[in-house]
Amino acid sequence: MSSATTYRICPRSGLQFEAQAEKLILANAVAAVVFLLLGGILAIGVVLTRWPAVHWLEAATFYQVLTAHGLDMLIYWIIFFEIAVLYFCSSTLLRCRIATPRIAWFAFALMLIGAVVNNIAVYQGGSSVMMTSYVPMMAAPSFYLGLILFAVGALIGCFVFFGTLVIARRDKTYQGSVPLVTFGAVVAAIIAVFTIVSGAIILIPTYLQSIGFVEHVDPLMYRMIWWAFGHSSQQINVSAHISIWYLVAAVVFGARPMSERVSRGAFLLYILFLQLASAHHLLADPGVSTEWKIVNTSYFMYFAVLASMIHGLTIPGAMEVAQRQKGYTKGLFEWLRKAPWGNPVFSGVFISIVGFGFLGGISGVMMGTEQLNMIIHNTIYVPGHFHATVVVGTTLSFMALTYYLIPVLFKREMIAPTLAKWQPYLFGLSMYFFCLVMMGAGTLGVSRRHWDMAFDGSALAYEWPGAAYMMMGLVGIGGIVAIVGGAMYIYITVGSLLWGKRLEGGEKSPKVTPIPPTAPAAAAQTYGSMGFVAPGTFVLAMIFLTAFVLYYFINWKYLSTLWGLS
Amino acid sequence: MSAILPPAERLWWKHPIDRVEGTWIALSFVWCMVMFFMMVLWHVYGDQNLSTETYKTTPDAFIAKTQAMVDQYTVRTETDLEIPVVAPPAGSDIYLISRMWNFWPILELEKDKTYRLHLSAMDYNHGLSLQPTNINIQVVPGYEHVLTVTPNQSGEFSIVCNEYCGIGHHMMVSRLYVR
Repeated sequence: MSSATTYRICPRSGLQFEAQAEKLILANAVAAVVFLLLGGILAIGVVLTRWPAVHWLEAATFYQVLTAHGLDMLIYWIIFFEIAVLYFCSSTLLRCRIATPRIAWFAFALMLIGAVVNNIAVYQGGSSVMMTSYVPMMAAPSFYLGLILFAVGALIGCFVFFGTLVIARRDKTYQGSVPLVTFGAVVAAIIAVFTIVSGAIILIPTYLQSIGFVEHVDPLMYRMIWWAFGHSSQQINVSAHISIWYLVAAVVFGARPMSERVSRGAFLLYILFLQLASAHHLLADPGVSTEWKIVNTSYFMYFAVLASMIHGLTIPGAMEVAQRQKGYTKGLFEWLRKAPWGNPVFSGVFISIVGFGFLGGISGVMMGTEQLNMIIHNTIYVPGHFHATVVVGTTLSFMALTYYLIPVLFKREMIAPTLAKWQPYLFGLSMYFFCLVMMGAGTLGVSRRHWDMAFDGSALAYEWPGAAYMMMGLVGIGGIVAIVGGAMYIYITVGSLLWGKRLEGGEKSPKVTPIPPTAPAAAAQTYGSMGFVAPGTFVLAMIFLTAFVLYYFINWKYLSTLWGLS
Repeated sequence: MSAILPPAERLWWKHPIDRVEGTWIALSFVWCMVMFFMMVLWHVYGDQNLSTETYKTTPDAFIAKTQAMVDQYTVRTETDLEIPVVAPPAGSDIYLISRMWNFWPILELEKDKTYRLHLSAMDYNHGLSLQPTNINIQVVPGYEHVLTVTPNQSGEFSIVCNEYCGIGHHMMVSRLYVR
């Protein structure tokens, strides 16, 4: 089977693509973008309904659209793209053929069929159960069946990735350890296996209940196991997009990790502790003990937070070191001022890092604190937080990576480069704003997943403060701008794929060119415990820590004024 | 040489750590411990900790207990639906039903007095969101969650359902009075 395939070396990047892997990466990435488009169209319905002055859709349509928006964005867009990233990080970065391409195509087909079946179930009505589909509220059987098919496909995709790692090892296409980016992808895939198995454990009985085979799935048990799927799937994203950050630092700046040991150690902490965070969703629940909540919600003493704080320093730190070696050494921040701000691959990732840390990270730790959770549980603060992590963090990183891949993988010249230059700013910064005002409204108590904050039809309606209405209006405006930014990305990507000038892909060869062994560079010796190589990044990190500490204790202060509860 | 290539040094785990990284790891670790022990300390010194006292129950059993409280302590009714307003004595067990799409009954409590509040959902998951105080608790069917609450302000409060519970979710809102 291995002799049937060909390899090409991209003349622009030096990356080697195997023919089968290349097609698989392309197919998964295109499917991802299609679901992003769908989710983006649905987002218009969500924001224009939650904007109180517009209040566009009927209640039934709104809940239907919201359910589909969550599924298409959080599951289909992101996981299709992640499968593409996994194949890229194994076959392309390790320069080997992909394992069992036919099975990989079968996995792709399962995922696609599952995603379509699940979407159809939602559009037929009767499955407006939100992405979380908490029992005993039941959706149509095809809703669960679609999800299960998709999950099985994604699981097979993970094993194709693992198989590809084995092939690279066996064929000796590289020497020593796998690259850091591949290591991060391994972490993502390990987390994905745990995630998907949890999903199967709870969705299969729920499916059986929907067709009448099982009488009762316990609501609390459902919440506990579903979140091992629902939250953990976001941890796949974290590992995947952090790997992309390292990748972009390497391709844009030629940066090497400040220390392989520290970065890999931080990824290892993810494998060990990140999954515990599904407890965040059960902090306001009955039936779970305080000890269980504290240990799990804190990733066992915040070791996964520690890992994220490490990545947050080492990635910009590596960029700073690389820039300083190029001579941008003036003051603390010349390296940053002279960074390629007009290159969307870099600007997208940098906006993503800052937004993920300051908005997504800090808010996530705050709301994941056992007692503080009570002031935000199920308020619109929660989507405010996860749009900062999943949209600013993951989606924007994937967008930036796409801009890198258009000439390299798609072999097309990017259409509208000026538009692409502005896209990360428009999309990223409007999402910053969108997340902030959502968190603001959530701090005032506004509910998430709620059709009408005026409580139309109720005799006991609650009058939200004027500020809450204003914030929700701003959510609408910020959301629409972000949707425009997202549409720009889809136009650039799809347009380049269809109409972009074809580029030379590099000669096809039936033989693998392995990665040449790298000699330890002279620069490697200049690193060490004696230096203070990235002072600018350290200052930025201290600003982050100060913001973190202040915001954390402000919320404790707020909590202390509430009713006594014990 | 870079993150997309195998590490140049085979023994990369022996590479010394730069001082920037070392300092940051130490600071971050300390902060993580502060956050962890903050949760523990609040259980000792803080006044806002969510109870975990929980019993399995059924809608019928929970309705019966709530009805008994309503029969005994109703002081008046409100709205066309004649929702009873119940003023149970301080220190007693009080019950609140969450169901599609209302909370029942309306409770009237006394400031700075402590009550044992029992919550349960009759059908789907619901969310108790006390406004404008902003306390939010999940209400799960089949489980009776018992919280000890001590209102520290008087006035009229609202209870909003903030867990999606179907098409009438937005109408699920009620009141709570503190004298």
